[in-house]
Amino acid sequence: MPGNIKVEIVTPDKAVVSEDAQIVMAPGILGEFGVLIGHTPFLTTLKVGMVRYTDAGGQEHRVFVNGGFAEALPDKVTILAESAERRRDIDLERARAALDRAKKRMETAAQKDKVEYARARAALERALHRLRAAGKEVS
Amino acid sequence: MPTLKDVELKIVAVKKTKQITKAMNMVAASRLRGAQTAMDAFRPYAGKFAEVLGSLAEKSGEEASPLLVPKEDVKRVHLVLMTSDRGLCGGFNANLTGLAESFLKKTAEKGLELSISCFGKKGRDWARNTGVPIGAEHLGVVGGNFDFSAASNPGRLLIDGFIDGTYDEVHLILSEFRGMARQIPTLKQLLPIPPIETEEEDLDEDKPFLAEHIAEPSAEELLGDMLPRNVYVQLYNALLETSTSEHAARMTAMDNATKACNDMIENLTLAYNKARQAAITAELMDIVGGAEALKG
Repeated sequence: MPGNIKVEIVTPDKAVVSEDAQIVMAPGILGEFGVLIGHTPFLTTLKVGMVRYTDAGGQEHRVFVNGGFAEALPDKVTILAESAERRRDIDLERARAALDRAKKRMETAAQKDKVEYARARAALERALHRLRAAGKEVS
Repeated sequence: MPTLKDVELKIVAVKKTKQITKAMNMVAASRLRGAQTAMDAFRPYAGKFAEVLGSLAEKSGEEASPLLVPKEDVKRVHLVLMTSDRGLCGGFNANLTGLAESFLKKTAEKGLELSISCFGKKGRDWARNTGVPIGAEHLGVVGGNFDFSAASNPGRLLIDGFIDGTYDEVHLILSEFRGMARQIPTLKQLLPIPPIETEEEDLDEDKPFLAEHIAEPSAEELLGDMLPRNVYVQLYNALLETSTSEHAARMTAMDNATKACNDMIENLTLAYNKARQAAITAELMDIVGGAEALKG
């Protein structure tokens, strides 16, 4: 590794992550992308999903991000998310409950109510990605 | 001359009031600390957001988003009024509703239709008396614990309203926090988004400038995506500022009240001692008079 890149994940409430990483992977709107040190300046919006980074010690971390955008500079990645949770902060019970709720809502809203359907779908997606970020396999 | 008992009761009452104002002062102080922490926590996000937004706006024109385009014929104006839910904070709410009042007059002179949505009970109560139609009301937000969704959900409604033509302009009244003794009621235009200022100072630094960024999907689309968020950021910031101001205003008001109680207690104690002394003197006179009479 030629060196480490600084990764920062900030939400309106707090700075969730601020440390050095070997590599950062983030869910860009046009697909997942990885950032190493010396990356060309880059700006993109993010999907709901998971940011992964390997810290200086070689350990992998996962952080759930609820949309937002990312800016990559040669020495730094900044991710601005509306909310973000580290793996250990994810509330599994709540995410599971949200998943079930969203599934039911999607069933009842299917066909009839497009807006409601889209909302339920977004909720489902959030719950799924939360669970995945927490390392749970879900179908 | 009040009797001894009267003065004593009054002193007890004022002391109790003082206990309450002092407790409120301390509660406000601790809440203020919380609110200031929240403001500090938001600063990195807001700073970065403004930086990125500024450089994106520089690259793309007005047509990037309908939120940037002023309506040609402005008829319906919407006002978002932020106040506190609770009183006992000096002139805090009166200052805010005062500004709203002058805004209301101005729109009436221009013959515009006005509607209001309120954060905070005091503002809502005021708005009810004006007879202006009230849209949404959000109670229990200002001064309490809230997260970003407290700003993004109402923000989304405002944007929807602006796009479908329910309102042609949206303005915001908030209280800016400029320090313990200075909370300034401020009027801001929320929609259409006023031209975004780009920070010139960043240009001099030798760090890579955003203009060289590769943007995905494209600068215009990115901007279009960020502008609604900009409205939420503004609203969230306004909520933080107003909450902090409220606690600061209450702290100052309660501090003054406690001081006034101290003054009153001092004066009353003086009056009490005087009255007591007068009673003692009168009794002595009685005794001495009686003794003299017995001597014959």
